[in-house]
Amino acid sequence: MILTQEQQDMLDGKYGEGTAFAMKIQVAIGESFDAKRMVPITRAHVALSNQEADLWFAEKLLNAGAKCRVAPTVNPGFCLSFFKNKDMVSKEDANLMQRTHNAYKGLGAVLSYNCTPYIDTNVPNFGEVVAFSESSATPYANSVWGARSNREGANSALCAAITGYVPEYGLLFDENRKGDIWVEVKADMKNDYDYHILGMLGKKIGNGIPVFTGLPKHISKEALRNLGAQLNTSGAYAMYHIVGFTPEAPTVEAAFGGNVPKRKVVITNEDMDAILEEISLEGNRQIDFAMFGCPHFTLEEVKYIAEKVQGQKLKKEMWILTSSHVKEMAERMGLDDIISEAGGFIVPDTCPDQPCWGHLKGKVGITESPKCAYYPQRRGIHFVIRDLETCINAALTGEVK
Amino acid sequence: MDKKIFSCHKISEGVAEAEAIISKDDIMFYLIEPETGKIIEPAHDLEGRSMAKKILIFPSGKGSSVVQADGLYQLNQRGNAPKAMILQHPETVLVSSAIIMEIPMVDKVDPKFYEVVKDGDKIRVDADNGVIEILN
Repeated sequence: MILTQEQQDMLDGKYGEGTAFAMKIQVAIGESFDAKRMVPITRAHVALSNQEADLWFAEKLLNAGAKCRVAPTVNPGFCLSFFKNKDMVSKEDANLMQRTHNAYKGLGAVLSYNCTPYIDTNVPNFGEVVAFSESSATPYANSVWGARSNREGANSALCAAITGYVPEYGLLFDENRKGDIWVEVKADMKNDYDYHILGMLGKKIGNGIPVFTGLPKHISKEALRNLGAQLNTSGAYAMYHIVGFTPEAPTVEAAFGGNVPKRKVVITNEDMDAILEEISLEGNRQIDFAMFGCPHFTLEEVKYIAEKVQGQKLKKEMWILTSSHVKEMAERMGLDDIISEAGGFIVPDTCPDQPCWGHLKGKVGITESPKCAYYPQRRGIHFVIRDLETCINAALTGEVK
Repeated sequence: MDKKIFSCHKISEGVAEAEAIISKDDIMFYLIEPETGKIIEPAHDLEGRSMAKKILIFPSGKGSSVVQADGLYQLNQRGNAPKAMILQHPETVLVSSAIIMEIPMVDKVDPKFYEVVKDGDKIRVDADNGVIEILN
């Protein structure tokens, strides 16, 4: 790879040890993908996770004097004030979050603690070269906004934020952004939840850039968020096209760029039912709690829940995870009061895969998001997966059919 | 006699020698028990088997942009990470994690390798020189 003088100086340590370390990692990534040079980025999003590896890496860079050139937005850990006030976290877990907070603050990140930057806090323009980690964010930035990002890891996105550059390969080039798998959707796509289930069919779709046909004319931002999130729960996808909808796919020909698709996949209602059966606990049972907001729920979704539960009492706990912006809006608009009075909580800045949910260990939850059900398995928390309305009813009655 | 040496392309530097374990499914390091290296993901091709200290042969990584790094970190801390990784479809999330954790990783392996390699074979991966050798 050929570096500019400035990039070489970064690598040689003239901008400090931390920047040199970040650049060294990026050069190794670039070489593994046969990149020829590094190009500047205008935005970054780091999938902060408040996990041990995350803190280890962030502190390592900070202690070596690194500072972000392009201040990245960051993913949620858990909201310290909320969970401390409720006495729901141990001292050790609170310390971990405090250290993560301090490390990213020291690195100069935008402390947004939100996993839907592409809706809430960091929306790129068409054609912008960016470094977006967070597996629901990369496909949204590429596919829906037409920005250009490879499927960065939390660590490689942080390196990019520090150096201000990314190696040029993959989705930064026009020719690599064309679809190669034709996915014809014959299943009924009735609501946003159905896109969660469609996204879980990654094993059937296979590796590549899917081109979806047969989807409805209007697709909500929530549905697009769900599709990208679940494609990356069931597989690894940095981009997709929806013919007649996403900006780089006005037609089937444009979506494939004149190439013949390497495979064609047809998705039916039976496929959707079969995958749900595979990933969800069986229904017809009592549930202990409901959780929504993986990825973070929008204001519209919060409003929908508030309308459904207004004036009623929930039988079971309901946790709705959002950005701090959505939380603030919900407070201003009285939605937070409605949900609180029903016995639910809107929790800002928080992810389901965090130690703050210790009290849910061994319990059975209900959620509309397969991603929400997938990762916390390691924490001994398991879920029934159903559409949002069924989940809300389950929280109201305490059971799911 | 079958050919025993195969070309490959370096992703993350290093040399390793160990038993091979082959997965038909993509790998997500978070749903692997750090204490044992055992895959705990339901319905996974390798469910219940351990990849600790072995050379892992698999199609690709999957999962969110942090769990690969954390999963590998947890395994590494306990000495249960794979000794090396051989994959077909590299993606940045897993590549950057391997580089940071200093685990050798290669791709673009001579297709004949996949015809002859068997689960349990003793193999040697030399990422720096771009070769894989089947030793038994």
